[in-house]
Amino acid sequence: MPVRVITTHLEFEGQVYEQRVVMEGEEPAVWGADAELRIVGKPTPRVDGRERVTGAAKYSYDIQLPGMLTAVALRSPHPHARIVSVDASEAERAPGVRAVYHRFNTADLALPGRALGIFVEEVIYQGGEVALVVAESREQAEDALRLIAVEFEPLPFVVNPKVALAADAPKVADGYANNNISDEYPKTYERGDVELGLAEADVTIELRVETPTALHNSMETHGGAAHWDGHTLTLWSSTQDVFGARRQVATALGLQQNQVHVIEHYVGGGFGSKFGAHNAGILAAYAAFTLGQPVKYMLDRTEENLAAGNRPPSIQTYRLGAKRDGTLTAIDLKTVANVGAHGDWFSPVALPAKELYQCANVRTLDIPARTNLGSQASFRAPGVVEGMAGLELAMDTLAQALGMDSLELRRKNYAERYQLLDQPYAAKKLLEMYRIGAERIGWETRNAEDRRYPEGRDGRLRRGVGMASQLWGGDGGPPAQAIAKLLPDGSAVILTGTQDIGTGTRTVLAQIAAEELRLPLDRVRVELGETEFGVFSPPSGGSMTLASVGPAVRMAAVEARKELIEIVSQLAEAPIDALEVKDGAILNRETGKEMGTVASFMKMLDGHEITARGMRGPNAEGVTVRTFGTQFAEVEVDVGTGAVRVLRIVAVHDCGRIVNPLTFSSQMEGGIIQGLGLALMEQRIVDERLGAVMNPNLGDYKVPTIRDIPEIDLILMDEPNERANTLGSLGAGEPPIIPTPGAIANAVAHALGRPVTRLPLTPDTVLNMLADEEE
Amino acid sequence: MPESPESLESTPAQALKHAIMPQRTRIRLVVNGTPHDLSIEPRRTLLDALREDLGLTGAKPGCNMGQCGACTVLLDDEAVYSCLLLAVECQDRAITTIEGLSPVGGELDAVQQAMVAHDALQCGFCTPGQALALKALLTRNPHPTDEEIDRGMAGNICRCGAYPKIREAARELAHRALA
Repeated sequence: MPVRVITTHLEFEGQVYEQRVVMEGEEPAVWGADAELRIVGKPTPRVDGRERVTGAAKYSYDIQLPGMLTAVALRSPHPHARIVSVDASEAERAPGVRAVYHRFNTADLALPGRALGIFVEEVIYQGGEVALVVAESREQAEDALRLIAVEFEPLPFVVNPKVALAADAPKVADGYANNNISDEYPKTYERGDVELGLAEADVTIELRVETPTALHNSMETHGGAAHWDGHTLTLWSSTQDVFGARRQVATALGLQQNQVHVIEHYVGGGFGSKFGAHNAGILAAYAAFTLGQPVKYMLDRTEENLAAGNRPPSIQTYRLGAKRDGTLTAIDLKTVANVGAHGDWFSPVALPAKELYQCANVRTLDIPARTNLGSQASFRAPGVVEGMAGLELAMDTLAQALGMDSLELRRKNYAERYQLLDQPYAAKKLLEMYRIGAERIGWETRNAEDRRYPEGRDGRLRRGVGMASQLWGGDGGPPAQAIAKLLPDGSAVILTGTQDIGTGTRTVLAQIAAEELRLPLDRVRVELGETEFGVFSPPSGGSMTLASVGPAVRMAAVEARKELIEIVSQLAEAPIDALEVKDGAILNRETGKEMGTVASFMKMLDGHEITARGMRGPNAEGVTVRTFGTQFAEVEVDVGTGAVRVLRIVAVHDCGRIVNPLTFSSQMEGGIIQGLGLALMEQRIVDERLGAVMNPNLGDYKVPTIRDIPEIDLILMDEPNERANTLGSLGAGEPPIIPTPGAIANAVAHALGRPVTRLPLTPDTVLNMLADEEE
Repeated sequence: MPESPESLESTPAQALKHAIMPQRTRIRLVVNGTPHDLSIEPRRTLLDALREDLGLTGAKPGCNMGQCGACTVLLDDEAVYSCLLLAVECQDRAITTIEGLSPVGGELDAVQQAMVAHDALQCGFCTPGQALALKALLTRNPHPTDEEIDRGMAGNICRCGAYPKIREAARELAHRALA
């Protein structure tokens, strides 16, 4: 097979990277719109549904090994303090205790990629690790924890981002070069001349939008179970990225990558918070490595909410300018965010402002402030969810100022090309999707008296309709590899290093493989979530799993089928070109005869397994591949209580070819529901006097329950994006959450006739909006 | 090895030392029809007894404070949060975990079948709890209304947001029970 080293370009969450990858062989031709497919495209229940409904699915939290020890952490109650001393002598003598790690005996341990170590002199947020106790049982470890005496010297702290940016603000950590701003920030993007554009405008508006800190709250917390056998460190890690976790654990422990085996067969959610091993995985691995005994360390719910990441809050200030006819002349955006104590990356809040609307004069300024709070982590369409909400609220405000229909304003400023690189989109059907969505929600009658006031003008209920757009990547890219094996019984197994974080990856990969192997779906098994297969796959994030790994699986299956045909041709002395595989049997097209089942030929090979490799090829050059969509929301606001109820969401999305409409719709619904949470109820609350989080749990941090779910009307475009990859499919994980908060907020603004400037729209916030109105 | 109890007038440190060395106690738990004799600390929750002592890891520790429902099991056919019960409270009660809802490799319970068919799950971590909450609801009320389904399932959080399909699965079962 010819081997080539190729250079390709990847876009991940708004950034373009060059990537060199090894490519073996050639990918099959793209499945076009007319491809006749038997299994791909059909609603298919999950291939691992049985495991998931019977409790047979083993998550990292469920791993139990003989002699396994349990670890628990002592965490800082202070937002900022120096650890003067740690007396663990009594804890070390407590029953069942094997080790207590802290800064005076474990100073060098660090999460690779992070500037500061794990056990350090200064704790820089409430919930930072101070010590780790490892004992025979969790109860023993928890008891011992209480026996550790720590002397803290509280230091000045800052948790408010605006305060953090002031010249005389307390420093978040002693070790940081850049005072309270993430390294390499602030950053400005500019095209054209924004001041000129604003001067040329007939109408300008300014809008400030604040979005909350959202906590991922994956149902399975972060952590893992580790075992060291003297040569290999095995870590069952609750991760979205087994290869990333492997790299980090190897670096942290001074091992080779091939001495670390990371497994993640099932993970209880991630939503972007579980890239790599995290501190918890590093700690479990370190303890197992040091003690020579298996160790499990899982965060509890409070720790998860303090220390496992969040969607950082943003304060977005927009200035938009437009001509009388609605043509945008300027978009200016300044974003201040609170990225927490370790925040070293800033999510692309400005992406929609840069790309969504045609505008020659655009300027964005990102100021990520570090504070003494838990750090940000990517959270399902990081930045773009909150940035889209802000931009779309600003667009509605502009439409109001222009006296123009807000949907018409969006059509007026439709971007046909990708403005940042001045190149075409591979496919963009957003105008069509606006039309479909508007029709389904009844956009034309949204101002009708009986629709807006269901109880009449004197009643307490107000209804409103709003909408927002969706823009995201989801095109994936190499490197991603797969192995297809035909087994002695004629069934197949697919090996790949990817993860199924609940999106249905196992199922769609099985469908793709069965399609190309011409086998029934139940004759194909997919094994994933292990580094030990040696089949590299990227992290499951950025909506790139299917678009990266799917084509590799397809190519592996095609290659395995070709090899089978070659073998049959030689065994049966039939011409290769006449042979094909159909429904698990070999057919001779010339004679029209079935020559035997795949199983019967595999049996003749006496235990030989056909093994073929597949790889994701390079990305298309000269075009920008994007997912687009739009959502429309209808809400009902009770002006007496401030309660907002979402009645209906109409969601129209284009993610290319849909491999499995059943799991696809689940992802759509899930994204919409998380977006509804962000719009209406989710927010971390911080007491700024104490520097402490007031609601690090699932009782006081509100997430949607089944009672909050509106009617969801999904319209799926389902046409292959032929420039994307050989499937024509794009990712669907992030697109559905992107427009929801903006659509709901615009609907509330419509219902109340007031601009929304702050999320979530809790009853309290809504009542304050109404009180402002009365003033 | 338990130490002798300290006196009640002990110093705080001694009291703590006492507190950390509770006596173990012998209990009998009847789980999925099988009795198990266990020696556990009295403070051990039902959830920990199931997972740590019996290796039944289908019930999940989502929050350990009764706020998420991932640890739901059936206690005499009623859905309970096993993280809020002490194992010692559950002696001589019929405990059903997700592992007991259908035989290994055998036909799935109707609730499990409906959840798979409707894709009423995503990551699956909350799913055993959802399945048992739904089982309890249908046992108590074989044909719940839509409102009763929402109320019956409101104590189980699904962060992936499989709710629309949990509803679909539940409604199908509710109608089947009516037919």
